[in-house]
Amino acid sequence: MVDIEAALAHMAEELRPLLKRDPVMIGIHTGGVWVAQRLHRLLGLKEPLGTLDISFYRDDFTRIGMNPEVKASNLPVNIEGRHVILVDDVLHTGRTIRAAMNEIFDYGRPAAVTLAVLIERDGRELPIAAQVVGGHVRLDRNQHIKLGGPERLTLKIQEAGA
Amino acid sequence: MTDNLQFDGQGRLRHLLTIEGLSRQTILDILNTAESFITVGEREIKKVPLLRGKTVVNLFFESSTRTRTTFEIAAKRLSADVININPGVSSATKGETLLDTIRNLEAMHTDLFVVRHSQSGAAYLVAGHVPAHVHIINAGDGAHAHPTQGLLDVFTIRRHKGDFDKLRVAIVGDILHSRVARSQIHALAALGVPEIRVIAPKTLLPTAVESLGVRPYTDMQEGLADVDVVMMLRLQRERMHGAYIPSEQEYFNLYGLTAAKLRYAKQDAIILHPGPMNRGLEIDSAVADGPQSVILPQVTYGIAVRMAIMALIMGGAPETEPAARRRAG
Repeated sequence: MVDIEAALAHMAEELRPLLKRDPVMIGIHTGGVWVAQRLHRLLGLKEPLGTLDISFYRDDFTRIGMNPEVKASNLPVNIEGRHVILVDDVLHTGRTIRAAMNEIFDYGRPAAVTLAVLIERDGRELPIAAQVVGGHVRLDRNQHIKLGGPERLTLKIQEAGA
Repeated sequence: MTDNLQFDGQGRLRHLLTIEGLSRQTILDILNTAESFITVGEREIKKVPLLRGKTVVNLFFESSTRTRTTFEIAAKRLSADVININPGVSSATKGETLLDTIRNLEAMHTDLFVVRHSQSGAAYLVAGHVPAHVHIINAGDGAHAHPTQGLLDVFTIRRHKGDFDKLRVAIVGDILHSRVARSQIHALAALGVPEIRVIAPKTLLPTAVESLGVRPYTDMQEGLADVDVVMMLRLQRERMHGAYIPSEQEYFNLYGLTAAKLRYAKQDAIILHPGPMNRGLEIDSAVADGPQSVILPQVTYGIAVRMAIMALIMGGAPETEPAARRRAG
């Protein structure tokens, strides 16, 4: 399994060259926010972290409906013309990232978006790739990897339906 | 009128017809979802794609500017296409029945009807006759219910007062004719408000009003004593055909909310009013525009609450068996 602390340190080093572009960091609820909080601290970013709940942008709304646990998105910094570092815990199908990018563009037009994920796994359904990756995990189709937090981050592999 | 018409076979909310019968958790889900929609209204692009490609028809047999407008804005912020129909000036005057109107609009592939009608039960009638993929929101039926108003009122209270379980709330005015009051009482009771009072002259209190779980008062000083929330109702002049009140001046003297009467309530009490206000009749301008008034925030919150209701009832695939039709048949 991936060593989370080492993965976070590695991600921070990969992201460090971007600091000269004065980036804005945004985490995706819920696990992505935990990862982003850690990276935000490791990189010593001055501006507050943005958070996104992509529930209003999901492509499966007409099949599974609304999640009433939806959190409010909060982008305290104007992203117009800024370099955005988008952070999530696990990159799987790519659909969450598609939804997150649609939401980001409803707040403004960023100069660029860099995707940073703690875990990259197989199973992509959309042409989306991460530029910064903490670790790779190979899983079967019926397996899911879940990040626990927020105090101590842990990774757990679950069988579908379990 | 059966309440379970609003749920499908899996217990999901498919229509919103009344607050009566909604669980505390269902109401909290609506309020929590609305909280997230508040931020959508504050951004540069005030739109999310949830209901893209859906058609919403506002069917208002009874006129209303504010309610219709907030439903329209809510649907548009969810990216739905919205059509406003005021049948009073079209087919209804040509003798078309309510169900004929609905069937015709349904044939145009409408996904949601927002229905306001002067007859109690109109929205139920419609909900009982549409297929499972069509949703109904009651925007006021006669003197029966106005659930979205009741929900936006409790949303307003939660935003300004926090938890419900310590609050003392007074509803003031024409309780007898008010669908708003009925919906407010059901919402407050479901959320566990320990003390709900109604204040009105005897002629405007329904008989056996205590059976709703409220305490009736006919005196403002007693009724407003130490309340946290004052919910004013509109005096419905158009329904005052009998001798319900002696005169408007006397009504204002006894029941109009003035700064002097407001002092009986807690110092930080908030004032709600569903609008449109009759200034100088049920409420004095100094109070309506004063620091304790949350009447304008209510309008803003009303959009977010209506977005939440639309999103919650329209999400997810319908059951294969058209549930509404099965029950109606």
